[in-house]
Amino acid sequence: MSQRQVLQVFEQYQKARTQFVQTVAELATRPQNIETLQNAGVMSLLRPLLLDVVPTIQQTAVLALGRLANYNDDLAEAVVKGGILPQLVYSLVEQNRFYKKAAAFVLRAVGKHSPQLAQAIVDCGALDTLVVCLEDFDPGVREAAAWAFSYIARHNAELSQAVVDAGAVPLLVLCIQEPEIALKGIAASALSDIAKHSPELAQTVVDVGAIAHLAQMILNPDAKLKRQVLSALSQIAKHSVNMAEMVVEAEIFPVVLTCLKDKDDYVKKNASTLIREIAKHTPELSQLIVNAGGVAAVIDCIASCKGNIRLPGIMMLGYVAAHSENLAMAVIISKGVPMLSVCLSEEPEDHIKAAATWALGQIGRHTPEHARAVVVTNTLPVLLSLYMSTESSEDLQIKSKKALKNILQQCTYLPALEPLLYDAPPNILKHVVGQFSKVLPHDCKARRLFVTSGGLKKIQEIKAEPGSLLQEYINSINSCYPEEIVRYYSPGYSDTLLQRVDSYQPLTH
Amino acid sequence: MATLARLQARSTSMGQQYYYRNSVVDVFRKKENDAAVKIQSWFRGCQVRAYIRHLHTVATTIQKWWRGYLGRQRYQLIVKIQRRWRGYKIRKYCFNYYYLKEYLKAVSETNDAVREALEEFAEMKDREEKKADLEREEKKRDYQARKTHYLLSTKQIPGIYNSPFRKDPDPWELRLQKAKPLTHRRPKVKQTHSVSLSDWLACTSARSFPRSEILPPIDRKPCQGPFRPVAEVLEQRYRPLEPTLRVADPLDGLKEARREVQRQEWARNVNDNMFLPFSSYHKNKKYIPTLHLSSKYGSDSYGRQHFRDENPKRWICDKDFQTVLPSFDLFSKYGKLYSKAGQIV
Repeated sequence: MSQRQVLQVFEQYQKARTQFVQTVAELATRPQNIETLQNAGVMSLLRPLLLDVVPTIQQTAVLALGRLANYNDDLAEAVVKGGILPQLVYSLVEQNRFYKKAAAFVLRAVGKHSPQLAQAIVDCGALDTLVVCLEDFDPGVREAAAWAFSYIARHNAELSQAVVDAGAVPLLVLCIQEPEIALKGIAASALSDIAKHSPELAQTVVDVGAIAHLAQMILNPDAKLKRQVLSALSQIAKHSVNMAEMVVEAEIFPVVLTCLKDKDDYVKKNASTLIREIAKHTPELSQLIVNAGGVAAVIDCIASCKGNIRLPGIMMLGYVAAHSENLAMAVIISKGVPMLSVCLSEEPEDHIKAAATWALGQIGRHTPEHARAVVVTNTLPVLLSLYMSTESSEDLQIKSKKALKNILQQCTYLPALEPLLYDAPPNILKHVVGQFSKVLPHDCKARRLFVTSGGLKKIQEIKAEPGSLLQEYINSINSCYPEEIVRYYSPGYSDTLLQRVDSYQPLTH
Repeated sequence: MATLARLQARSTSMGQQYYYRNSVVDVFRKKENDAAVKIQSWFRGCQVRAYIRHLHTVATTIQKWWRGYLGRQRYQLIVKIQRRWRGYKIRKYCFNYYYLKEYLKAVSETNDAVREALEEFAEMKDREEKKADLEREEKKRDYQARKTHYLLSTKQIPGIYNSPFRKDPDPWELRLQKAKPLTHRRPKVKQTHSVSLSDWLACTSARSFPRSEILPPIDRKPCQGPFRPVAEVLEQRYRPLEPTLRVADPLDGLKEARREVQRQEWARNVNDNMFLPFSSYHKNKKYIPTLHLSSKYGSDSYGRQHFRDENPKRWICDKDFQTVLPSFDLFSKYGKLYSKAGQIV
C-alpha cells in the first residue's frame, strides 16, 4: 500500500471520530435521547475521546459529556466515578479557551446536582484551576468558571467556605466590573450563593468591597442582571444589623424603589426581599425606609402582582409595623391595611394568607387607634373564618388566632365586634365580651346601640360557667343596664310571661 | 531545827525563786493584761456602735414622719408643680403628639411623591418600549417595501396596491413610492493614489509587498532562462528611496513657513495693525528724547558722516596722505571703479 492510502485510513478514522462526537453532542441537547444514549454506553465511549489527539474532538467530547451530566445526577455520578474529573482538571490548565469553557461546563453540570458530587469536585482539586480560569482574558471562560463556582457554593456552608478559601471572591468582584452583562450576572449570582449561608461568609464578600459595585449595577436596564444583583444584596443584608447598615450606606434608596416598578416579576420580588431584609433588623432601619417612601412603593408593588411574588412585600409590612406604634401608624396611613385585606381574601395559598394575617396582627396590636384602622375594613370575620375553617393549615390557624387575640385586646370599635358575638368559639368569645365590658360602662350611645342591634340578647344566650372570666364580663355588661331590660332579653322570658298569663286570675267583679 | 536550818539555807534561793517566778510571769502578765484590755475595749466599742445605730434609725424614723407631715401640709403646691412639669415633659419630649402628626403627614406626603415619581418612571419606561417597538416595526416595513419595490405602479400599468377601482391608492403604494430599492452588493472601487513622496516611501515597506492568498510551494523549480535570482531582483525593485535634503524639502517651504507665522500672529494678536500705536494710548504720554539728541553738545561723531564723508573745512592742511608703502590691492580701486566721481586719483 502506498503512503497515501495509509494516510487515507487515518483520515477516515479521524472523520468518523469527529462525526460521532459531534452527533452525540447534538443528540445530548434533547432530553428524550439521553436515556437511549445512556443505555448504549456512551460514557465509556466518550472517555477515550477526551484524550484524543485532535483538539476539536477533545473539545466536542467534553461538551457532550457536560450536556449528559447536566441532565440527571446518575450520569453526573458516572462522570465522577469514571475518574474523568482529574483528567479534566489537569488539561484545563493547558488547553485553549474552547476546551476551558467546555470543561468548566462539565464541572458545573456535575456540581449542581447534590452536595456530595460538589464535594467530589472540590476533592479533586478543581477549585484552583477554576480560579485560574477566572483570571483568563476571554469573558466566556470567566463566565463558565463563575457559573461553576456558583453551583458549587449553592449547596452548603462548607462548600462555600472551600470556594472562598480557593480565593475566588476577589476575582468574582473583578468580574462584576467587566462590561459583559452575562458575566456580571453570573458573578453576582455566585456572590449571592456564597454569602447566603452564614454571616462570616457574607463578611468575606463585604470585605472585598462587593457592595459598592453591586449597588451601582442596580441602575442597569437588564432584567436578569437586576435579579441577581438584588438577590446578592438581600443575602448579604439578611445576616446582621451591621451588614444591613452597610448595604443602606451604599445609597440604594431611593433607586431600589424604581426596581419595584419593573416589568419583570422576579425583579420586583427580589427588590421587595431586599427591603424586607433591611427592615426587619431595627426600628431605625425601618424608619429610614418609611422616610424614603418605601412603604408606599411596596404597597403599590403588592397591588400589581399576584401569588408568591407578593409574599416578601407582605412580610416587609409586618416587620415594619412590628417595631413600634409610630411605624405601624405610618403603614396605616400609607393605605396598607386595605391592601392586606385584599391579599387575605384573594390569595388561594395558605402561606401567603398566613403572612397577611400575621402582618395585620402586628399592625393592629399597638393601640385602639391601630386596631380600629384594621377592623374598619371588615377583616375580623375573615380572620375568624380562617381560624375556624378546617381546610386551613395549622400554621394559618395559629397565626390567625394570635392575630385575632392581639387585635381584639385593643379593639374598641364596637360595630365591628358585634358580628363576632354570633360566630365566635368560646375562647375568642371571651375576648370579645371582655372588650364590650370595658367599653359599655362609659359610653351611653354605645349601650343604646348594643341593645337595638340585638347584642344584649345574644349576651344573655351565652352559657358561661359561673365564676369564669366570661361570666364576670357578662355580669359587668348586665350591670350597665336596668334590671327589666336584662330580664326582658333573657332567654325564655316569653315563656315566663306566658306562665304568668296562665297563672293570672282575672279579677271577677 | 534541822528543818529550820534547811529552810533558812534555802530561804535565799527560795526568795530568788519566788522573785524569779513572779518576774517571769510579769512579762506575760503585761501581755495578758493588754490583751484583756483590747478585747474589752473592742467589745464595748461594738456595744456603743450598736446603740448609736439604733439611735440613728430611731431618729431617722422620727424625722421621716415629721418631714412627711410637713410635706403633706405643703402637698398642694409642690405636687401641683411636679404634675405640671411631668405633663410638660411627656408631651414635649417623650411623646409629642403634634410632632407625631406632622411626621405622619410628612410620611404620607413623601409616599404620594414617591408614588407619583414611580408612576412617571413606569410610564416613561412604557413609552420607551412602545417607541422602540414602533421603530422596529417601521424598520421592518421599510425593509419590506425596499425589497418589494418592483410592485410599484407605473404610468401604464397600475400596481397591485393601486387598483383603479379604489378611490385612493393603498398606503403601501405610497410607502413603495418613497422606498429606495435595495442595491446589489458591488465590489468596492479602489481609490487612486495621488503620487506623493510619502506614498512612495510607504509602498516600499514590507507591508505593501504583493502577497497572494496561497504561498507558492517551497521546492519550486527555478524558471529556465537568463533570469537573475529572484531575491536580487526584488531587492533592487523594492530598494527604499534615499532622497537628498534638497529634494526632501518642499519647494515652497519658505512660503509655507511665512504663512504659518502669519497665521499664528493673526490668531494671537489683538490688534492687526502691528506698528500703529493704539490711538489714545500715547495721547498723554510725554515724548522723552534720547540722550543722544538731548545733550547740548549735539550728537556724537559716529556713522558714515563721521567716518566716510569728507568735510574739507575741517581738514588741517591741503595735502593728502603720502603713500609710502604700496597700498593693498583691496583698497587700490577705491573710488576708481566705475566713475570718475571718486575724487582720489
